[in-house]
Amino acid sequence: MKNSLIILAFFSIGVLAGVFNFLPGFIVQNDYSMYALYALMFLVGISIGADKNSWKVIKQMNVKILLVPVGVVVGTLGGTALTGLILSDLSIKESMAVGAGFGYYSLSSIFITQIHGETLGVIALLSNILREIFTLLATPLLVVYFGKLAGIASGGATSMDTTMPVIVKYSGKEWGVIAIFSGVVLTIIVPFLVSFILEIL
Amino acid sequence: MVTVLVLMTIGIFLGRFLGRIPDLLKVVEKLISYAIFLLLFLLGISVGVNKTIIDNLDKIGMKAVSITFGAVAGSVLVLWVLYKTLFSTDTKEGQDEK
Repeated sequence: MKNSLIILAFFSIGVLAGVFNFLPGFIVQNDYSMYALYALMFLVGISIGADKNSWKVIKQMNVKILLVPVGVVVGTLGGTALTGLILSDLSIKESMAVGAGFGYYSLSSIFITQIHGETLGVIALLSNILREIFTLLATPLLVVYFGKLAGIASGGATSMDTTMPVIVKYSGKEWGVIAIFSGVVLTIIVPFLVSFILEIL
Repeated sequence: MVTVLVLMTIGIFLGRFLGRIPDLLKVVEKLISYAIFLLLFLLGISVGVNKTIIDNLDKIGMKAVSITFGAVAGSVLVLWVLYKTLFSTDTKEGQDEK
């Protein structure tokens, strides 16, 4: 939660700086963000690879547990495809790409900005931050009506870190492993799925 | 984007070995935060100078909310079915099953 606020603050300061034209021209004209993205993805890779959980995940793999992140992917893409179908000014592809962030707002918004432009990038940032905040607030209620996997479903990629405490608290400790498993798998596939949807589909 | 995906994959395998050096990991985590702050600051700037986005922030916000709703509703429903069919028999809550 603290991190989302810091990130939103950086984003907002950037917006204000852009609107009021505080910046020297070279920053606006040159796009350094691609290089920063290269560095970021390399570092994210290292942190995933170095996290013992990521490799433990492979050992825990069985069909039943694997169905959890697969279900989140199917549900998210199905739900967002429907959203894209209903909203006239949003294509199905765009809607699905934003959904494929699974709550991993920092990476998905940057990624979508690079591939598809700033407008969809901002939608991805807001939509995926909202997914995390909604999960933090609604998990206690979701678990009552939709079963113990509901928090993991809503949390998406965030169920491995930011939303895990809430999920474990309201679903029970025994669901922690599945929450981490699902979160790790979804985190890793975000960049692959987003580029697949926007560039190949 | 292939370059980015390749870089990430290389990072994952490199990380497996670098994981033994805990201090290095802390540095990596810090650098990730800085990179994210920088990139979102830059995204903010390009949004700020883009009049079309600024003038349509209300529409953009509504789209974001709608997509979040679709994403959460879809995945909660699919995992609800999954829970009912495969998982609830594991725990004591299985009584309503049979």
